[in-house]
Amino acid sequence: MAKHPKLAEWEENELAKSLSRFPERKAKFTNHGGDEIPRLATPETIDEHYLDNLGFPGQYPYTRGVQPTMHRGRLWTMRQYAGFSSAAESNKRYRYLLDQGTTGLSVAFDLPTQIGYDSDDQMSIGEVGKVGVAIDSLADMETLFDQIPLDKVSTSMTINSPAAVLLAMYVAVGEKQGVAPKDIQGTIQNDILKEYVARGTYIFPPKPSLRLITNIFQWCGQNTPAFNTISISGYHIREAGSTAAQEVAFTLANGCTYVQTALDAGLELDVFARRLAFFFNASSDLLEEVAKFRAARRLWARLMKERFGAKNKASLMLRFHTQTAGNTLTAQQIDNNIVRVTIQALAAVLGGTQSLHTNSKDEAHSLPTEESVRTALRTQQVLAHESGVVDTIDPLAGSYYIESLTDKIERDALALIDKIEESGGVVKCIEDGFIQRQIENAAYQYQMEIERGERIIVGVNKFQIQEEKKPPLLRVAPEVEESQIAKLTEVKNNRNNEQVASLLTRLETAAQGDDNLMPFIYDCVKEYATLGEICNVLRKVFGEYKDRG
Amino acid sequence: MTEKIKKNRVLVGKPGLDGHDRGAKFIAQALRDAGFEVVYTGIRRSPEEIAAAAVQEDVDAVGLSSLSGAHMRLFPAVVEALAKAGAPDIPVLGGGVIPEEDIIELKAAGIVEIFTPGTPIDTIISAYRDACEKKSTG
Repeated sequence: MAKHPKLAEWEENELAKSLSRFPERKAKFTNHGGDEIPRLATPETIDEHYLDNLGFPGQYPYTRGVQPTMHRGRLWTMRQYAGFSSAAESNKRYRYLLDQGTTGLSVAFDLPTQIGYDSDDQMSIGEVGKVGVAIDSLADMETLFDQIPLDKVSTSMTINSPAAVLLAMYVAVGEKQGVAPKDIQGTIQNDILKEYVARGTYIFPPKPSLRLITNIFQWCGQNTPAFNTISISGYHIREAGSTAAQEVAFTLANGCTYVQTALDAGLELDVFARRLAFFFNASSDLLEEVAKFRAARRLWARLMKERFGAKNKASLMLRFHTQTAGNTLTAQQIDNNIVRVTIQALAAVLGGTQSLHTNSKDEAHSLPTEESVRTALRTQQVLAHESGVVDTIDPLAGSYYIESLTDKIERDALALIDKIEESGGVVKCIEDGFIQRQIENAAYQYQMEIERGERIIVGVNKFQIQEEKKPPLLRVAPEVEESQIAKLTEVKNNRNNEQVASLLTRLETAAQGDDNLMPFIYDCVKEYATLGEICNVLRKVFGEYKDRG
Repeated sequence: MTEKIKKNRVLVGKPGLDGHDRGAKFIAQALRDAGFEVVYTGIRRSPEEIAAAAVQEDVDAVGLSSLSGAHMRLFPAVVEALAKAGAPDIPVLGGGVIPEEDIIELKAAGIVEIFTPGTPIDTIISAYRDACEKKSTG
């Protein structure tokens, strides 16, 4: 049978172009028996329905993946979220992870840092260095990336409300290493809307928060073009208990809000849209999760093209990071968590993820130990090098179930996105609690199914055992808070305090007007103004957001 | 004769900076379904704010949730804040990602009960019922 002209066209254009730039990992992919594994399996008859809804990888609507060769070309980035205690301690963990073959860093900040408090703030008591690393000033950031070349490593930073400050510090560290801002690679989460909905590290009300985000889009477009300016996150929405379709809906609705805000501020769509990245959860329902990733990719491409009129291909592509679902980890029989994580990671890989974090087995008890983090990373390496699922693109495509489920998730998510729009948009639906209620109801229903035994969680409500052995726990030493405060005091004693005060005043004046705040923040951090000082200036001008409860 | 039975009142609070409130919200809703009156503070409240709310709402028990590892500082701080606010008799219960060895210390600091992941909801509800009733007869 003759090759379908559209397939031939794809091979000659997208595929050939991609192969000429990035050859595949192997000249020939074969199975154990020596048979060649096809790059892409397609239906015998390629029809309009196939072309409209699936198409070819690296081609609209991107259902089968954003790159023409997907994981045959390059494996996903194995990126383990880590950070705890002090900058020096976290720096050691990062260098360990890089030694073990991780290919990108992902920084976890402690809660005071995420909410814009210095370690010596009254609000920081008990939280310093607990769930991530404490960063008060550029001095800590210099320690955090000591001997890690920022032109070689890409870094993802889970930071939202004060993202502008941490980004400025990161760029400043790069400059000190001799790395130009344009060569800096990585991602800041910078997704405030899901903080109001599900994660909780907001500082300012929505409007000034959205301004800061737009400021970052614009500044990065001019200064750090290789940096992803936002990671629009469904992960935490799902962790809070949403369904798969709600995860897609609320995430993409947030995405549309950022796009619209940036357009309203006069930014050019095809300039900033290419730097938008996404972040999803991989839960245990393998097939539903694979369908979810495919549906999200297709729906975003359609929204960007049809609703916003994006022209550039890169603007249409939903590129995403995945983390396995923390909420599915059990405190009981923790070795079972390795199996859960494997299934979830497999879903992410089959769903075409660009990067992946695998959770460690002990995280229902505490931050992971070095040993359990290694096992989590090895899980990815086994999938990448032994499972074979990376050798052919979008291998579950064409399954009756997967395709119908992909369609259903897309349909359900779109209906919810439209409903939010009709109800006045995302910000209004957050302020009146509509989105939070949807998630709470889904979470409650799910948990009650477990309580009633209708949903089995192995080792929790069935197959329980009496456990004698307690897992070794990673503990953050209580002295961390004290020594972090001492370091902060030292920084404040050794900087030019007059200069800092005057830069903070300039920032305050700028915040009252309409200027892009990034250059002002950048000037502040270079003089070692602290995160808390900068955020307090902005609190004064912008006010603070309070949760409804 | 229609004597109205007073419902047990509980304040569910999230002390500190931790934003994970899926568990807190679930407990709040499950207690409501079991006939309690429940006030949820919302996230990111200081121990003093939680104590003040408990007094103002005239609750029979306070439930705390923390998943960030700050429980050793924050849970006892709420017990102290309640005493300072003139309500040392309001029992405090807690839950979250809490290692076993911490539970002994927390109980010594006056926390009545600590629940860890996987505890059946019925166990939690009856602990709240006991705590509330002990307080009102206490």
